[in-house]
Parts: sequence; structure tokens; C-alpha cells
Amino acid sequence: MSQRFQTRCGAGLIVLGTALLEFAFWPAIDHPVRAEQSDAQNYASPLELLLSPDGARLYVLCQQSEEVRVLNAASYAVIKNIAVGRVPRGFALSPDGARLFVTNSWDDTLSVIDTHTLSVAATWPVGAEPSSVVEDRAGKRLFVANRISSDVAVLDASTGVEEKRLLAGRGASYLTLSPDGSRIYATHIYPNPPRVRTELDNRTAPESEIAVIGTTRAVVVDRMPLHSIAGVFHLALSPDGRLGAVAEYHPKNLVPLAHLEHGGAFDYTLTLFGADVGKPVEVPLDELERYASQPFGVAVAPDKSRLYVTIGGSECVVVIDIPRLLRFIHARPHPESGSFAQDLSASASYVIARIPVGHNPRGLALTRDGRKLLVANRLDDTISVIDTRNNRVLSTITLDGPKTVSPMRHGEQTFYTARYSFQGQIGCSSCHIDSTFDGLTWDLEPDGFGRDIVDNKMIEGIKGTEPYKWNGGNPNIPTECGPRTEKYFWRSENYDDLTLADLAMYARSLSPRPNRWRLPGRELTPAQERGQALFERGTDKFGKPIPENNRCAFCHSGPKGTNQKLFDVGTRKPTDNSGKLKSAPLDGIALTAPYLHDGSARTLEEIWTVYNPEDKHGRTNDLTKDELNDLIEYLRTR
Amino acid sequence: MKNSALRILRVIATLAVVGIVLSGPLTMAAQAASASPQVPAPPQMPRYHFENFTTASGLPNNHVFSVLVDGNRIWAGTEDGLAVYENHAWKTYNTKDGLAHRAVLSLALDKRTGDVWAGTMGGLSRISAGRIDSYTQLTSGLSNDVVYGVGVEGENVWVATAAGGCRLNTRTGQWTLYNERNTPMTEIWVYAVSAAPDKVYYGVWGSGLLEYTQKTQRWDKYDDPDGENEIVLFKDQGLIHEIVTSVSYIDNIVWVATYFGASRYDGRYWHNFLTKDSGLPSNFINTIKGVDANRAWFGTDKGLAYYDGVNWAVYRPSLKDGRPEMMVRDAQGNVTPVEITTAPAHNYVLGLDFQGDDIWVATAKGLSHGIRQK
Repeated sequence: MSQRFQTRCGAGLIVLGTALLEFAFWPAIDHPVRAEQSDAQNYASPLELLLSPDGARLYVLCQQSEEVRVLNAASYAVIKNIAVGRVPRGFALSPDGARLFVTNSWDDTLSVIDTHTLSVAATWPVGAEPSSVVEDRAGKRLFVANRISSDVAVLDASTGVEEKRLLAGRGASYLTLSPDGSRIYATHIYPNPPRVRTELDNRTAPESEIAVIGTTRAVVVDRMPLHSIAGVFHLALSPDGRLGAVAEYHPKNLVPLAHLEHGGAFDYTLTLFGADVGKPVEVPLDELERYASQPFGVAVAPDKSRLYVTIGGSECVVVIDIPRLLRFIHARPHPESGSFAQDLSASASYVIARIPVGHNPRGLALTRDGRKLLVANRLDDTISVIDTRNNRVLSTITLDGPKTVSPMRHGEQTFYTARYSFQGQIGCSSCHIDSTFDGLTWDLEPDGFGRDIVDNKMIEGIKGTEPYKWNGGNPNIPTECGPRTEKYFWRSENYDDLTLADLAMYARSLSPRPNRWRLPGRELTPAQERGQALFERGTDKFGKPIPENNRCAFCHSGPKGTNQKLFDVGTRKPTDNSGKLKSAPLDGIALTAPYLHDGSARTLEEIWTVYNPEDKHGRTNDLTKDELNDLIEYLRTR
Repeated sequence: MKNSALRILRVIATLAVVGIVLSGPLTMAAQAASASPQVPAPPQMPRYHFENFTTASGLPNNHVFSVLVDGNRIWAGTEDGLAVYENHAWKTYNTKDGLAHRAVLSLALDKRTGDVWAGTMGGLSRISAGRIDSYTQLTSGLSNDVVYGVGVEGENVWVATAAGGCRLNTRTGQWTLYNERNTPMTEIWVYAVSAAPDKVYYGVWGSGLLEYTQKTQRWDKYDDPDGENEIVLFKDQGLIHEIVTSVSYIDNIVWVATYFGASRYDGRYWHNFLTKDSGLPSNFINTIKGVDANRAWFGTDKGLAYYDGVNWAVYRPSLKDGRPEMMVRDAQGNVTPVEITTAPAHNYVLGLDFQGDDIWVATAKGLSHGIRQK
């Protein structure tokens, strides 16, 4: 109680005044009646939208109800709901509109829907966590972005047989076909691993890329670097192919996040490229006093007059005047960094409207004449219909489903919104992208620049792994999400008790995704079995007993791989305030590089090949290289 | 056999080879000089115009360990970076770009994706549309940072290192190591790899030739029947020598290079090549590359050699005066000089690759483009 009280007081009058000013800008959202029960209701959670080539149908990809809903695009009446696989994330129509492909991210399949019969004609196994799909113009090949394996699979479009995999960025997620069909642009949500060790070691700005795939040979023909970017989402091109824009996060993770009032968390930007632009350039979506937190979907008007961006955390659509935007970038010298992101006054030159929509707007679709913009409000189960002539919401279509907001849903809305933070800069999901992690190390607290650098952890499966934080400083999720977050991150407003309880409930509900390194039936490969034996061993290779607290299976015990206690494993840096760290859970560890409390280890191997010289992080220096490989193969199954 | 013993043996054998090699050209020259009018016309062997690239023409270093043809793009692994030649210009990737090490020993192309894999003195690098990802023994499951050989087969990358072989499954990220603990390998200094969907061959310095059958996942080993002796009791009895430096598997035939001659194996019969009974200019062979089941190229310390299944041709700067030299040897052992005006940049040949009818040659003093003359 005292901590919360302090936190509330700590918000302070200065911040309060600014916060009040800020909230005057925030869009009003009509909240449906809040359910009293915490039941997991079957919401639709519309994530992406597509219009049929003739404009007659609206396809709605509903992630939570795991279906494609087919609506009449004029009346929005339901034509049919088509069940697909687990947690669908992306979909695309074939060029002739006859087939609709859906990537089911949790069961690694592709549903092929016949749009004449509106039924699933085939379900093909694909790669790990397929997240987006496109078909080439010739109808010969399908391209599928796999988030876990960070590649783009090339499939035979008639059989689904995989031809090959193309290297993409880490967390490959979104694909866009160029208007002339010659290229596919692939983006990714986690930063690429640093290529070169620098003097700053683990403190380097993130790097991302757009992988450009030539459809003729189905190979990567170019990679457009995105410097200082981590989190790249949808990309759109103008119909003439001369202007490309991609939505992205520009984290400022090298300075303390606690300095939110100094703009020290994120910029949210677009990178523009193409013949209209010349050299690619990054432009901010943020404004001086209100950020555009978590941009996601991008669309370009058919006449190339406007560019629309859904802003998931700010719950709005940003409208950009393209001629003004091009004038802005051509009127100024090309910045040496390639970025105008630091100039928060820039967007006033080209952002002409922010249209309030629902909770967590994601996918969007423009009608063929460009007069209507449809926006999927994922956490409202609604679709906003925007009149693009006056940039106002014409109507809001409510999808079938629960009419009340359950505590769980309210918790999820709270997780994804940026409305609680100073100037609406960040939400939980800014760093925990899609409720996961961001692959970055952060300087969180106001204890001096460069002190106590911490790796951002995966939050799936965090229930029952308290205490939280690397130093174990937070005894439970409400403390982690409440006072800590409010004090250090939001700098603006605290949650009320019900909201905090709902947020904690949502966080606890996040279960780990299926482990792709486990064989069907969950048995282990021979290498994994050998690794498990090493993980559980009590004596080293010389027959000497390993002290209990230096065995892998002691600290990383139990179903989640943590005994929830603090240990000094010899990884303390001079900049760390303490060497005692909580044993990290092992759930999904294969996905969450970098490793160790400060992200020093770029790979699992480096934990032991570089950062365990004295065997304090488990007895491992007696292992051969192939034995260490076996141990890692086992860890990947956790 | 221990490495140290092998190295001593290598020195002794090399000295012996020097004698053989020195006598080789003399023998060929003598044969050529004594050619009488009754000798049939020399076989028509391919002639090349060699264009040589050095630091003067844009290469980062003249020590070129490896070369790879990727359509119209040529990759050269040098002692100071990975150079790529495209549109008549060289561009070099080095450690600042993410390359694992500046010395690039081996190269392989994934023809499906266009990615290039580079084995270096400090790890393995993947070059994909300009992006370089590197794997080392500290950051990955790679067995050792000294990567002598690399080959791509489907989604697998097979690697030959100074501490055994290994395989990276690019889809799962799993590394599998092959060494004395799980293969018949008695030495782990693996110099070369040739990977195909049915078989994978490792050439091991001091431990012969290892064969992995993909279907059965079983290993076989081919050794020199004469053991550690540098003599050949019975010709074509088996692998010519334990010190294998290069291997090339094509059309169900495996071509093997050693520091003491070369071998060809068809799964049943061995055929060996020595200077004394073939057109090889030297028994000290750094690299071998089969064109098909019958034809192969040999990179030796005394020049570049081509075998068409019957006849031989040697291309090099003359050992005597450095002038361009091409010598043709027919099945009867008749050696005939062919008048040419160009030769590879140097006699010490380390790498080979083909570009249609052309050949690219990595040498100790530059990279050579052999343009086929009609």
C-alpha cells in the first residue's frame, strides 16, 4: 500500500498538469458494459481486413475466434464464418480472388479457402509460426513469412509443397507484393542479431531490414537496412510503385527509459523509399505532445494523395498528405542518419488528421475508389468505417460476439494502450510486441546512464515465476505491472485497482506458444536426450560431484525451469548494482536471444563459451563442443 | 597416427615430392623434345586466354584461397576479405561487414537461394543479398573456427574444420558434429567436403576419405591400403594417400586429391593418378573438381591440370622462365607443347570453379579467368 501511495504521490504536480493536457487529446472510446466475471469469452479480435477484387466482399481475419468472417462489403451483413487453424495471423487473396490463404501461426498450417464455396479446400503444413502469405502474379508460388524460423518459405501454389526457405529478418512477419508483381517486401518484428562486436558490446542500436524478394527466381535480391529500428510491421506501396512506406518502432533503448518526459522511449516512424523518395528516409509519425504509439497497418490511397497508418497503442488512424510529405523530405537536405525521427515538429508538415477509432486498431483496407477506409479494432471486435473525404468515422460495425468486456479483455486492452503513459508514448506492448518481448536490452531505471542494463524478457508463461525483474525486486505481477510500471515508465497516470487487477489477470493468462523443437508426441531426439542427461547430471565428467546449486536442474527446476531464487552466476558487470539474479525461466528460451540479465550473450552458446569462465553458471567447462551442442538442443525443447 | 607424426611425414614426403615434381617437367620436356614426326597429332585439348586479377586490378589481396562462380558474379576468397566481381568491378566484404574472419578459405553456393557460404580462418559466414551472418565456435555449434571446406546440400550446410566436420540444418538451426567419437575418423583435421543428396564426402588430413550415406546415415572410410608408407605397392588398389586435401563428388564418382597424388573412385574401382603415370604436373594437389564422371581439373603446386578421361593438359607459367605454357599429354604419354600467350597468375593453385566453358582459378598470386578459346 505504501509503495502504491508513494507512486501516486510521485506522479507529482508537474507531470499531472501535463498529463491532464495530454488526456484532452486522447480519443474517447465508448466502452461496452464491463462483465463482472473473468471468464475467457470468445471474442473475434479482428486483426486483418481484405476486400475482394470486385469490392463486394469484406474478409475479416479474426484471431481469437480463429475464423475468417465473410461480410457483404456494402451492408456488412455476415455471409459466412469459416473456421481456420490456431491463432491465424495473416491472409491474402490469390490475384484472381478465387483463393484466400490464411496463415495459422500456432499450428503451423496454411488454410486454403475456396472463395466460391467459402470453405476450406486444403490445409497445408508450413513453417514455424507462419505470419503472412502472398501469392505471385503467375499463381505458381506462395511465399510465407515464418516468425520463429525468421525466413520466407517458397511453396508450390498448387500443392503447398515447400521448395525452399529464404533468409529474412528475425521474426519475419509481414509480406507485401509490389504493384507490378515483380517483388515481395518482407519485414520482421525483432531486431537482427548484431553482426559485429563493437566497443559498446551489448549496447548497440538495433538493426532491422526489409528483405526484397524477386518473384521471378524467388531469391532475395536486396536488403534495405533500417538503422535503429526494432519492430517493423506492414508495408504499402503506391499503385504506381514509386512510393513505399513501412510502419516501424524506433526504440531509444540506449538511454534510460525512465526519462520518458525527455522523449526517451520510442519514436514511431515510417521509412519511405522508392523513386519518389530517392534515398530511403525515416520520418516520424509522432507529434510534439502526442505520440503515435505502435503503428501497424499502412495503406496508400489509389490516387496517391493520402497515406493511412493504424496506430495500435494510440487507438487512432494517422492520415498523411503525400504531396506534403514528399515536399517535406525534398525541401530539406537528406539527413546524415537517414532519419528525421528526432524532429517531433516534422509531422506537422504532413500529418493532416488523427482519427480516433477503437481499441488496438490493426489491419486496414481501402475501397477501390478510395472513399472508404475500413479499420479492424482488434480489441473492440469492431470495424471503423471512415469517410476519407472528411476523415471522420462514418459508422462502426460491431462483429458478432460477446457484448460485454470481460476483465481479461479489459486487461488486454490496458496492455496494448499507450493512454496511461506520458504523452501517450508507450504501452506494455511497445516492448512486449504481440505480448512477447522485443529482443532488446534496456536501461530502465533512473540510477544513472548505463547502470543495470537489463534484457527484456518474454512474458508468455510468467504466471508462477515470481519474483519478477532480474533482481527479483517485484514479488508479484500486480507490483510488476502497477507501481513499478507507473513510476518508472508511465510518468503520467496510475491504474485504478480494477484496471490493474485486469491487467495482471491478462498477463498471467499468457501461455507459452507450442515448442517447435519438440518432436510430435513430445519425445526427444537422441541429441536432446543426451542434453537432458547433462542438464540433470550430478557429477562431472571426471566423476566429481557437482554441488547442488551448481547443477542446471537445481536453479532451473520445475516445469518452468526456475526455482524462483536469486543466485550469483558470475555474470555481474561493473555497471551492475548487484550480482544476484533470479534464475531465469526456460520457457521458450530458444526464441528469446540475447541472453543473460543484460543481454551480453548473443546466443545460448555464448552463455557458456564466453560468460562462464569459472563454472559459476553451472558446471560446463568439462564439456566437449558436441556435448555443449547437445545441452543446447535440449534447452531449446523447454 | 598423431598429427605431429603426420606433419613430420608430410615434410619428408613433400621433400620427396619436390624431387618427383622437379623431374616431372624435365621428363615432359624431354618427351616433347624427342617427339618424332611419326607421333600422332596431339589431342585437341581446351585452350584458354587467361585474364589475371591482382591487387592492381581491384582484388583486396593476391593470396586467393577460393573462388566461386555465381552466374555473372564471381566470388574470391582472399587472405584479406571476400571479394565479389560484378559488372567489371570488385567489391570486398571484410570483418567490419560481419565476415567471420578476413581470410576466406572456402566458398559454396546455395543455388536455390543464391546465398553464399564462406569458410574462413575465424568461422563460417553466410552472405545473403549483402547481409552477412557469421557462426563461430563461441557463438554457435560450429566445431572449430578454422573452416577449410564448406558445401551446401538442400537445407544442410556441411562444414570441414580443423576439429572435425559438422552440419548445420538451416531450417532448425541444429548443429551436428562429426569427429572421432561418432565416425571412423582417426584424425579430426578435416580439409574438404563435397555434399550431395545421396552422399557426403569428407577429406581428412591424415585420415583418408570419409563417406556418409544420407539414406542410411552410416559412415564408411577409405584409407590408403599402403598405410603410412609413401609407396604404392599395387596401383589402383585404393585411395592413393591418407592426406586428403580436396574431394569432389559428381555423377556418382568421387574425385580425391591428396598431397601425394589423386584418386578417382566409382564405388567399386579406384583409379589413381601420379606424375609418373599421368599428366599431373605434381603429386602435391591442393584442389580437385570433377566436371563429370570422366573429366576433372586439378590445382597443384606446379600448375593447373585438366584430364579429359584420356588426355591431359597443363596450364601454367613455365617453371623455368615463367612464360605461359600449355603442355598436352596423350594416352600414350606423348607430351606436346601448345603455343599460348597467357597462363594462370601463378602455379600454386588453390581453388577452381567453372563458368560455362570458362574456368576461374584461385592462385597464390592472383585470380585468373580462363576464357575458353574456340
